[in-house]
Amino acid sequence: MSLSIQNLLSIRDLKKSDIELILKTARNLKEISWRPIKKVPALRGKTILLCFFEPSTRTRTSFEIAAKRLSADTINISTGGSSMEKGESLMDTVRNLEAMQPDLVVVRHASSGVPQMIANWICCPVINAGDGSHEHPTQALLDLMTIEDAMDRGPRGRGPLGHRPSGHRPKRSVAGLSVVIVGDILHSRVARSNIWLLKMMGAKVAVAGPATMIPTEIRAWGVPIYNDLKEVIPMADVLMMLRIQRERGDESLFPSLREYARYFGLNCETFSGAKPSVVIMHPGPVNRGVEIAPEIADGAHSVILDQVTNGVAIRMALLYLMCGGKEKNQKLF
Amino acid sequence: MKEKLLMSEKQMITTIRKMAKNIVTSADSGQGIHLVGIRTRGVPLARLLAREIAKKVGQTPKVGMLDINLYRDDLSEVSDQPIVHVTDIPFRIDGTGVVLVDDVLYTGRTIRAAMDALIDFGRPKFIKLAVFVDRGWRELPIQADFVGKKIKTKAHEVVKVMFEETDQINKVQIKREASKRA
Repeated sequence: MSLSIQNLLSIRDLKKSDIELILKTARNLKEISWRPIKKVPALRGKTILLCFFEPSTRTRTSFEIAAKRLSADTINISTGGSSMEKGESLMDTVRNLEAMQPDLVVVRHASSGVPQMIANWICCPVINAGDGSHEHPTQALLDLMTIEDAMDRGPRGRGPLGHRPSGHRPKRSVAGLSVVIVGDILHSRVARSNIWLLKMMGAKVAVAGPATMIPTEIRAWGVPIYNDLKEVIPMADVLMMLRIQRERGDESLFPSLREYARYFGLNCETFSGAKPSVVIMHPGPVNRGVEIAPEIADGAHSVILDQVTNGVAIRMALLYLMCGGKEKNQKLF
Repeated sequence: MKEKLLMSEKQMITTIRKMAKNIVTSADSGQGIHLVGIRTRGVPLARLLAREIAKKVGQTPKVGMLDINLYRDDLSEVSDQPIVHVTDIPFRIDGTGVVLVDDVLYTGRTIRAAMDALIDFGRPKFIKLAVFVDRGWRELPIQADFVGKKIKTKAHEVVKVMFEETDQINKVQIKREASKRA
């Protein structure tokens, strides 16, 4: 059994059978992280390049841990500290690295489309770890896994050190579930990948946020827009809060962080109308007190840390499914 | 593709009882052992053995399940990655006597992988091997401690052990076709 794709650049490249295979594999690999020796030899001797040309804590560490738990070797490349500071182009950097025979390359870049460009230049598989505002497919996959698990468990608070996983397959799917994504949709690759994946799996997706941060064209995807958080919260089974991206410059999309927090942040007032079984998610890093109040981020409805744990499992599954085996495709220029 | 019946359900039950008796009377494995079934069909066999052992000693040994696909020695040769199944070992390996259970012992590579996997979980007191059918053709120096039935097979034959839990029927048959690696 294998994936229908050689590179994971966009959620839209995946078939439903791919998604099921990835999630099933992730659930069965998850227990490795609870073993006394957190390692299996499956990718022994494989070289994985982690090219993070944009800052990252979670995603980079998650990929690195996933690779190492499968016994692969990892190399970290970032802009700072590499010859790109001397003016070497991205294409030269990547092709030079390819000449050292990596087995897989993971790419994060501030510009949309870079992973696709890189995939056109090199033969080995490429995974998009986030490109500009375009996509973050591995985030959407781990979010889907987290939602399915949360629906299966029912409402109860737990941290990442909860019960040891047993590979049990959840009975409930996300079909028909109401998922609301809140925040800066305009700049969010997490939102885009999640919208496509959740809709593919049959969920009902809506977005909420200030009008300045929501592209109206999104309605064409069948995604309703809400500018009043209190209006949409009572119907949500899942609330996915997005980070206010302060580093994206002074685009003056809202008057102040305090005003954003009051009207679009998840706080005691806005949260009071939520369903008792609602699940709270956030891709991280969390701006405590801005998009989400600390007591809610740490509270019983939050599965934020489960997302991080599942991130390792999903990435182990992807590396396992994409990395092994004979050369399937030889690219000819 | 000719099929030949090797064991009927009744013969399977007798064989399982015999194996359970041997496990119980063997020197160090009377008390305090647990079973680990390998991959798919070792698991229902382990559960059946556990039940029979319980009848004899009054205590049911715990049964774990092990997927060895992550430890295979041929991963870089197959073009598709084998599907990973659940591994769940609900007891401590350290200091425990473990009986690995599999349906067919063939080249021995599965058992080699299973031992590597088990030792990653801890340091067992000992590992013994119980197999339902030993069909010969070893490629590694590995032998079973408890054998249900030992037979001679040809390279192009396939031995299929079927259980109700996995195949909706209890029987063992030999088929003549291109030999598949376990």
